[in-house]
Amino acid sequence: MTEMTGSRAAKVTLPTDEQILVTREFDAPKHLVYKAWTTPELVGRWWHANRGEVSQIDIDLRVGGKWRYVMVAEGGFEVGFHGEYREVVPNERIVYTEVYEGMPEGVDAEAEAALNTLTLDEVDGRTTVTILTEHRNREGRDAHINSGMEDGLQDALDLLEEVANSLR
Amino acid sequence: MARAATTADAFNAVAEPRRRQILDALAGGERPVNDLVRQLGLAQPQVSKHLRVLREVGAVDVRDEGRQRLYRLNGHALKPIHDWVKGYERLWSERFDELDVVLEELKRQEEGHDRDDR
Repeated sequence: MTEMTGSRAAKVTLPTDEQILVTREFDAPKHLVYKAWTTPELVGRWWHANRGEVSQIDIDLRVGGKWRYVMVAEGGFEVGFHGEYREVVPNERIVYTEVYEGMPEGVDAEAEAALNTLTLDEVDGRTTVTILTEHRNREGRDAHINSGMEDGLQDALDLLEEVANSLR
Repeated sequence: MARAATTADAFNAVAEPRRRQILDALAGGERPVNDLVRQLGLAQPQVSKHLRVLREVGAVDVRDEGRQRLYRLNGHALKPIHDWVKGYERLWSERFDELDVVLEELKRQEEGHDRDDR
């Protein structure tokens, strides 16, 4: 990996009460980003984000088709997400629902599904990826945010950062 | 009565664009409410309403000085939001760094095929 690619950070903003927006530019044309995003073997190589082992990537890429990603985090803790494709425009855009499988007991996870829109925008061979996550209500958005806090992710990340800094 | 501020409350308080403007203005230091009214171009009741929401989650503090009410930012209440956004950014940044590796490989493969075709 070159230094340049390693230092480009994702940008996260909260445009409204129900939305979370992630943006990042890639040094590759959009058809390759699309391929890396929609080919199970390739998704398995980047989706883990160094948080665990990817154990399942199912992609049935067509309108109405289902997807499911599962990762086994440290300590054997399984983290799963699934959903359905609502719109598929090759090399341009994918709209899909997303359900976090670790919702607390008693919560109708399917009813709380978020709607994600992946957009690929290429200029001069470089592609900007945006992922807009829209929850149906604040409660869904809050559950998304709180799920990330409760699983100790932050502690793990802080630890990872310390380790990374000590290696410099 | 003001509820105890939870992370979710702070998120909701800050998600509103006008309230973010108020927080941005207060990031520069303590300000009287009239200053905020002028800067935002809103009616005072609206600004007061937003300030009340921000006070309820502890995002701003208020004190009286003479005839003025002075508002200031309370960064501590906003820390959960900052932390979550930073954590989420790190998750996606690391994911995307791995994606960079995959993309470099796909680019090399494609260039290799182009050469083979010649």
